[in-house]
Order: sequence, then structure tokens, then C-alpha cells
Amino acid sequence: MLGRTANDLYWLARYVERAENMARLTEVGYRIVLLPRDGDGTHEEWRSTLSSAGCAQGYFSKFETLNTRDVINYLLFDFSNPSSVKSCLAAARRNGRAQRTSLTRDMWESLNAAWIEFSNINPANITAGELPRVLDWVRSRSALYRGALLNTILRNDTFFFSQLGTFLERADNTARILDVKYYVLLPQIEMVGGGVDAVQWGAILRSVSAHRSYRWVYKENYKPWRIAEYLILNQAMPRSLRSCYDEINIALSDLANLYGERSVCHETAAGTRNLLSSGNIDDIFQSGLHEFIEDFIIRNNRLGNDVAEVYHFNG
Amino acid sequence: MVWQLGRKLQQQEQTSVKATQALRKAFDEMNGTGDGVRAPYNAVSEWLGTQKLEDLKQKLLEAETMFRRTGITFAVYGKEEAAERLIPFDIIPRIISGPEWRRLTAGIEQRVRALNAFMYDIYHRQEIIKAGKIPEELVVGNSAFVPEMMGVEPPLGIYSHIIGIDIVRTSENDFFVLEDNTRTPSGVSYMLENRETMMHMFPDLFARNRVAPVDDYPENLLKTLASVAPRGLEGEPTIALLTPGQYNSAYFEHSFLADQMGVELVEGHDLVVLDGSLQMKTTQGLRRIDVLYRRIDDDFLDPLVFRSDSVLGVPGLFDLYRAGRVTIVNAPGGGIADDKAIYSYIPEIIKFYTGRAPILQNVPTYNCRKPDDFKYVLEHLPELVVKEVHGSGGYGMLVGPTASKAEIEAFRAKLVANATNYIAQPTLALSTCPTLVDTGVAPRHLDLRPFVLFGDEVRLSAGGLTRVALQAGSLVVNSSQGGGTKDTWVLQD
Repeated sequence: MLGRTANDLYWLARYVERAENMARLTEVGYRIVLLPRDGDGTHEEWRSTLSSAGCAQGYFSKFETLNTRDVINYLLFDFSNPSSVKSCLAAARRNGRAQRTSLTRDMWESLNAAWIEFSNINPANITAGELPRVLDWVRSRSALYRGALLNTILRNDTFFFSQLGTFLERADNTARILDVKYYVLLPQIEMVGGGVDAVQWGAILRSVSAHRSYRWVYKENYKPWRIAEYLILNQAMPRSLRSCYDEINIALSDLANLYGERSVCHETAAGTRNLLSSGNIDDIFQSGLHEFIEDFIIRNNRLGNDVAEVYHFNG
Repeated sequence: MVWQLGRKLQQQEQTSVKATQALRKAFDEMNGTGDGVRAPYNAVSEWLGTQKLEDLKQKLLEAETMFRRTGITFAVYGKEEAAERLIPFDIIPRIISGPEWRRLTAGIEQRVRALNAFMYDIYHRQEIIKAGKIPEELVVGNSAFVPEMMGVEPPLGIYSHIIGIDIVRTSENDFFVLEDNTRTPSGVSYMLENRETMMHMFPDLFARNRVAPVDDYPENLLKTLASVAPRGLEGEPTIALLTPGQYNSAYFEHSFLADQMGVELVEGHDLVVLDGSLQMKTTQGLRRIDVLYRRIDDDFLDPLVFRSDSVLGVPGLFDLYRAGRVTIVNAPGGGIADDKAIYSYIPEIIKFYTGRAPILQNVPTYNCRKPDDFKYVLEHLPELVVKEVHGSGGYGMLVGPTASKAEIEAFRAKLVANATNYIAQPTLALSTCPTLVDTGVAPRHLDLRPFVLFGDEVRLSAGGLTRVALQAGSLVVNSSQGGGTKDTWVLQD
């Protein structure tokens, strides 16, 4: 496989995953903004949404104030935002088109149809009532693409690089949500308690689609350290850092078997996974939740660079 | 009934479209010269008679949706992604009988062999020039002549392995070759996708007609490419298809063919010349390529030899090719054989290398570099089609009978300023075929581009791509000028 092909497949998977995450973050932010609340801090929630999405800097270079309409436009429709849903779907399709020969017909058609349908949406027509429908649609498109991938692609390097992209992006997304919201999970905040925290805890879970599964797993009310444990260490939770790194390690070891060679990226990934599989939440809080997350983000980025280097993404 | 609607429409058009003598006397592929349906079309004509116009239009919409979803689009230069266009598809097939096809096949094979013999000669001893059959300056002074190719020995002595020959018909028995495409002819993916689409939408039509399949093309292309691997290569050759990238208008075809053959689709920056071979940068390091099916023009192949500003090609590729370490398909320099100034000498070329008269005729051509011809052209502009010698895609041409006086005079000025740049041909009454248009079914002019492969043997797909001019009376079938395509059937006896 060409190094460029691997690069495109990896990023294609990341963009599809990112589009879905953008939709989910937007949905959660919007829910909170809609809540009746005292004072005028309403729009402030968008600040943390933008940060979680990695879009705060870009947004404030364009707009001075937080405004629901502007934020939604920026996250969903703005081509000048490289992580907007529109940019992600366009980039995913562009990569898919460049690697049309590696994609199955089902994969390509789901990407192509997603782009064609999305480009027909006029942002000006998106009313408050319309928004949830659009966001659901984005998530369903991502699910369709993943389904086509899982059901139709050969289990060779095409699949392995796609898996790497998906789970590196997902891990990055979950980690960034924790990075932005870690303070509502800290013990002293729990003492303060109150409705706002419950809302924030719910929001964190919702932004990784885990608000219902949490109750099935823990059978108790939201506890901040449980939420942190769930998102970081739980092996069964499909968006936890742990489960992402399980998948990443499987994809990397499949690649090593296919190519007959292990490299530095395998060490990086195994190291991070060990950290997660042997970790416990009390220790993490003890040594600092925020530091842990920051360290994870650095490790995750390093893995991305190592993979690109080892597999000649840039020739 | 629908067809009768079409006939009525045709009559209206004959009176309303100005200056289209061509249409009035055009031979119709289905209805001949008006004396009943021609035999190859019996079943389709009968079927068409039972169809409702609305249903046919609905089918056409379905086909277009399929094309768009599959991504069978071409990029319009300078537009954003949403502006990708479909090449219009017509659902009424163009049909060629078995005997007609056998005659075309013999003519095409003769032509392809002669063209390649000509290229070999031009880049070696130039016997044809010495024999006085072609003026020397027309060859060596031609911008399509590549002096760097002198003395190069391509495997099997073949230069153009993949050729598209544009053929038009003017009557029951008259076929003419309009031009040869010996460089990088495109359109074969449309031939294949058109058939897929038709079989998907109208399976019953294929049950009622014995239509020769075309889906062996990718396999034949692969065989042809493998047969011209560098001499002395051990084991199976590694083949790759070189594309300028996804913003090229033919990108769909590049990725389609690479996919169908199961070979890598590479861009210039994926390749490097190292240790005496052409290598592609893979996830596991460098891997050698033996045969490169390139879909970029000669000028861009190698910045060290041709255009130095090209980023589409590979530095050092040409030296490697000269040394026989990699095969480039089609060979550089093949443009000398499809140059429009050379075209008028093709009958001579066929006789010279095969010792036989051409089976397929050329369109009579006036070469504006010849004083007598030039004088004739200037006096008969309103009747002629005038083309640039190096033009393609239907750009920069004058279609005399449909041009306004002002257009003709403007063109005359260009012609006088640069006579050697032009050839002219009489306006041919291109055959028509019933075609679905807004108001019903009506005759539209068309041509035919069969695709020939030449390696260890000549391999010809049954039929080819039929291009149809969708505007009433128009004779310009190029997709860049609003032309469409039809599925093309060769009937098996």
C-alpha cells in the first residue's frame, strides 16, 4: 500500500469520527444553553464546548462574543473551521475519492451521499427545532460509514489504518472533553454539590453517549470519580480511553503481523495501554486528574506521529 | 408511439433549425433513410414503442442518481467540489450488427498496426520520409515529435498500446475515421459504466438481444500492460497507473481502471527514481514498478527532460525508460501519429507499412499548409469544419454550416494569421440515433470511439463509447461541449 494511501485512509477515518463528535458536542452544548438558569452565564457554556471541540481559538479570531447562532454555524457549517462538520465531511470525501480504489462501493457511496446531502443544507434554514434532526443525521451518516467499513472491507491494511484513525480520534475527543471539564469532577466540587454539577456531569456523559450506560454499569447516581473512571479506565465503554487503546493495539498488532515487523509505534501504544489497564482511579486523582489527562493527550499525539513516521505517510 | 412523436419532432426541427443541411440528409442508425426500421434495431424499436415518455424520463433520472452516487462525475476546472458534473447519459442504445463490427474490427486492427509501425519508423530510420511519402518538416518540425525518443526500443516495438479511434458514419456502408487518439484516450470507463447501468435498469432488453459483453476490458488492459514489461524481467511485473490527481477531469476513470485491474493508483509524488528503477513509496518502504500506465501528458512526465516546472511526473523517469528499466504506456512521443497535420497522410502510411489499401477511410482533409488546399478552404469556409492541428476536446474549431457570418469572419482572420495551424474537412452528415430529449425521442448526431489494446496481440472491446450531440442539429459530440453518451451494443450473430 502506498504511504499516501495509508495517510488518506487514516485521516478519512479521523474526519468521519470527528464529524460525529462535533455533532454530539454541539447537541450537548445546546441542551445546557437551553436550560433555564439565573444570571447571564448562559452562553458561557459554549466556551467549554468550543474548547472541547478544539475550536475556541478559531472561533474567537472570528467572533468577539459567544452567540448560539454563531457557535452552531461555526461548529457545523463554517468552511473556515477545519473541524466543522462541513469541513470534516468534505475532507472525508476528498480523501475517500483520492483512495477510491481502496474503498468498497458501500463505503464510498455512504461518504459521497453524506457530502451531497450535507452540501444541500442551507444553514439559514436551520431553526432551533430543525437542529436536533440535523445532528442526528450527522451521527447516522457516521454510523452508516462505520457499518459499511465493518461489513464490507477486507481485513488488511486498509482496515487496520482505518481503525487506527477512528480510535486515535475518539481517544483524543474523550480526553479533550475530560481536559476541559476535569474541574467539575474534582472532589472539592462534589462537596459544593448542587444542580449545576449534576447537569455538568450529565453533559460529560452525554457528550460520549454514555449517560444511560453509566447507570447500567454502576447502578447508582452520578458520582464524579465514577464518571472519570468510566471514561478513562472502563474496558467495556466504547468511547473510554482504555477501550480506544485496546482497539488501537489490536490494529497495530494486526499491522505488525501483516508486515512482519514491530516498530516504535507499537511500544508507544502498548505503554499507554498498560497505563490504562493497570491504572486505578484513586491513584489518578491522587497524582492529579488534570495532569493525567494532559499526559495522555501528549502520548496520543505522539502515537499519531509515530504511526505516520513508521508507515511512511508522507513518502 | 413515442417514436412517432420523435419523428414529428424531427420534422419540426428540420424546418426550425437553421443551416443544418447535415440533419436533413443524415442517415439514422435505427430508421436508415426512412424506409423502415433497420434489422439490428428491431427489438429495441419495438420495445421503445411500448414505453411511455414519462417512464423513460423517470428511468433517466434514476440513472443520473446512480451515476452521481457512484461518483461518475468529472471535475469542472476552477469550481468547488459541489460543481462536479455528470456526463449526460442517454438510455436508448446505439446498436452495431455483427457484420458491421467485423468490418470495423479489420479496419481498426490494420490502422493500429500501421500507426505503431509508423511511430517505430519515425523514431528510428525514418524510411517513410526517405521514400518521400511524408514531408520531413511535417514530422521533425512538429511539436508532437519528441526527439528524445530517437533510437529508443520500447518492448515489442510498440508505442501506442491504448488507442481510441473516433469513427463516424454517414450512410449504410460509409464509415470514416475522424481522428486517432494515440496518446491517452479517455472514455472507456463510461463504456463500462453505461453497460452496467443499462443492464441494471433494462435487464429484459438484454434478454431479447444477444449483446456482446464489454466487461473483459480491464482484464485485457492488464494482460496488455503485462505483455510489454521490460525485457529480462523475472516474475510478474508490478503495474501502476499514474494520475495527475483527483482534480483532473478524468480522475474517475483513472481510479476506476486501477480498481478494476487491482493495481496501485499513484501520483507523481508517490514515485521516485532510485537504484536504477522506478519505485513507489509504500507503507513498507520503496517498491519497484515495472510498467507505468500513465494518464498524464508527455510534457509532464519528467521535469528533467520535459517541462521543468512539472510536479505531476517523476524526475529521472525518462532516462530509466530509455534504458529499458521501466515501460511507459503509452510511450512518449506517440502524439506524432495522431497529429491532425499527419492525419491526411494516414492512408499513405497504411499502404506504406501494410502494403494494402486502408479498410477504413479517412475524412477528406484540406491541409492549410498546402497553398491549393488553403485557397480552397478560404473560399468554402461556410461548408467546412476547421480544426486546430493540435487542438482537442472540440475547442478552437469552426463548424461552418452552423456558424454565423461574424463567427466565420473572425475565424478567417485567425486562419490567415496562422495557416499551418489548421486543417479543414467537409461537414459530414454524421449519422443520428433516436435519443431521449425533453420533448420526446428525437434523432441526434453521434460518433463512435472503439478502444483498442495492442500488446502481445490486438484486443478490441466490442463496441466502444458512443458520444451523442444532445442539441438538435449539433455535430459536436465532445463531453466538454455538452455531449452525452450511449451504451453501445455489438450484436452477436
